[in-house]
Amino acid sequence: MESNKFVLAVYVDNKAGVLTRVTAMFTRRGFNIDALTVGETECPEYSRITISMQGDKYVREQLINQLKKLYVVKKVEVLEDEPIKRELMLIKVKNESKNRSDIMTAVDVFRASVIDYSPEAMCIEVTGNPSKIDAFIKLMQPFGILEMCRTGIVALDRGTVTLLNK
Amino acid sequence: MKLTGAQILIKTLIEQGVTDVFGYPGGQVINIYDALYEYRDEINHVLTAHEQGAAHAADGYSRATGKVGVCIATSGPGATNLVTGIATAMLDSIPMVAITGNVPNSLIGKDSFQEIDITGVTLPITKHNYFVSKIEDLADTLREAFRIAKSGRPGPVLVDIPKDVQVGKYDYEPQPVVEKTPVPKVKECLIDEAAKLINEAKKPYIYVGGGAAGLGMGKDIVEFAEKIGAAIGCSFMGLSSVPQDNERFLGMQGMHGHYASSMAQDQADLILAVGVRFSDRATGNVSKFAKNSKIIQLDPDSAEVNKNVRVDLGLVGDVEDSFKRIAKKCDKKDNIDWLMQIRKLKEEELGFEAEIAAAAKVPLTPKQVFDIINELKPAATITATDVGQHQMWAAQYSTFDRPRRIVSSGGLGTMGFGLGAAIGAYVATKDPVILITGDGSFGMNLNELATAVTYKIPVVIVLMNNGVLGMVRQWQTLFFGKRYSNTILNRKTDFVKLAESFGADGYLAETQIEFKHAFEKALKAGKPTVIDVRIDKDELVLPMLPPGGAIADMITNIK
Repeated sequence: MESNKFVLAVYVDNKAGVLTRVTAMFTRRGFNIDALTVGETECPEYSRITISMQGDKYVREQLINQLKKLYVVKKVEVLEDEPIKRELMLIKVKNESKNRSDIMTAVDVFRASVIDYSPEAMCIEVTGNPSKIDAFIKLMQPFGILEMCRTGIVALDRGTVTLLNK
Repeated sequence: MKLTGAQILIKTLIEQGVTDVFGYPGGQVINIYDALYEYRDEINHVLTAHEQGAAHAADGYSRATGKVGVCIATSGPGATNLVTGIATAMLDSIPMVAITGNVPNSLIGKDSFQEIDITGVTLPITKHNYFVSKIEDLADTLREAFRIAKSGRPGPVLVDIPKDVQVGKYDYEPQPVVEKTPVPKVKECLIDEAAKLINEAKKPYIYVGGGAAGLGMGKDIVEFAEKIGAAIGCSFMGLSSVPQDNERFLGMQGMHGHYASSMAQDQADLILAVGVRFSDRATGNVSKFAKNSKIIQLDPDSAEVNKNVRVDLGLVGDVEDSFKRIAKKCDKKDNIDWLMQIRKLKEEELGFEAEIAAAAKVPLTPKQVFDIINELKPAATITATDVGQHQMWAAQYSTFDRPRRIVSSGGLGTMGFGLGAAIGAYVATKDPVILITGDGSFGMNLNELATAVTYKIPVVIVLMNNGVLGMVRQWQTLFFGKRYSNTILNRKTDFVKLAESFGADGYLAETQIEFKHAFEKALKAGKPTVIDVRIDKDELVLPMLPPGGAIADMITNIK
């Protein structure tokens, strides 16, 4: 199943209602996405949507073609060959004295940081590959996760090539 | 030149070559109607009975000519009444521009009177849509709407204009009619590959769809079929695009297609699909569709390749150009065995038809009705239809003497489409128009009879009246143990009196002779006429591929 995962980068017009058009198409065509992030780019007139999804080559081809049909979409690319992927997570765990040193060791090893600290709970920020984030969550589970949220993946191709000029 | 937004709108329509629009006034389009009044010598407005009728009329206008149809409605309910018409155009790739008024920008988002987010509502049923918040964007947005509607794979575009934009003033400079955005040409290596596959084929079948019909490719297709020894079949949307006077043309394939056409498609070793989208009504069970065959698909829309059916070669780009280039590279071939096989299939088909005719229960059968229509209808007649059994009989039995002579809702299957669309087709062409409808479909939008009478549109309405919702009843007969849930209409409507009360003519026909006389009189009278044609409630549309079935499951008779 792992090999079915892929990441798409989509440049769209940086205008109101554009994200609705993109996500409405997913609903309409029955695509199920794992994660979606959107933000500004090096070009102020475009936003970049990063979509993480699973599916065979037909699903992938159909999704790309349907995206290209939207007038607000300027460019669609599958990020091939292990692009640089990052995700950020904020996670709040119980701060019990018997677990404190274990938590701090994990924070240290994962190069995470504690950004809020109280006698009852601490909030930790972790950045990295989605698999690293998954691993950190697993590690925290025995200590009691109170709340967490993940941003979804942002990704760039390696090297000097830029997507808009590709 | 400074004009109001409403004036800019109408001026831009005129500039883009629009001569007729269909619509209905209302609070948030009063300014647009005022501008229509001002420019009434340059642009004709047809007032329909209902906005849905206006949308279907714009659609019929486009189907009969290839031009972009235009409809106008007010905000809120006016706009939502267009929705079925826009969706109908979307599913059949019909170029249309729908214009709606909306409440002023200052009232947007406040649930104001007759406010609806119509761009939100129509998002999945338009090729693209716009909310024009600033008057300076108005003219260019409209031009872009026309460009999108007619470029590549055509479709409907909606432009929503708030009232303050209609009232405001801005500069207007006329511009030339927008050109279609050119569709990229297909790479030479793919053309070579297609020609190679065709040259290797012994049983080629050219499968013609709405895309090819829209491009007027019929004659080229017949010529090419003769060159390579191919059979020709079409989807529902490909009807009337291919000249029928040659033995290679087998007619519509699919769920209610001609036996010979569906069988030939199944037996072919190569299908050249030109502008089709492999609808489920055309393919049946996709895993069993065209199992003996390689498929080459020509389409301008890349998302159509491998969407429903996996193809061996997808040529995405300019369809006409690809077709001509492939044709040049193909060898001349007779494929005489294939031709014999096709002839045999046609003979078998005639046998089935004779069996069906022999089983007829009442004096007047659908086939007989169409035989009379085909014999009497004048040259260039446009056949509009509604949706149901009558539509499939029209598809099976009607003759078409040139392209763009069928006006019918394929993809969406919109009951109530026909009358509005027939009006639009007549306004566009002034050619003779007949509407084939049923008592179910006609009941949905018969209010447009008022429009036909007002504008003196001589549409001959052949109402195939069986007192039931025939197509659903057919499914209930075949697949639901004859449990006729809510399909028996048995209404007391007197369609002759109804026609007369609208100011149209009305006739009742229960026999071939009565129908023939009524149809002759209707053609002569040159005014809207309803002929209430009585047919048996248990007539079936045959052959039939059960939904999700394969060729082997074809039902050709009911014993």
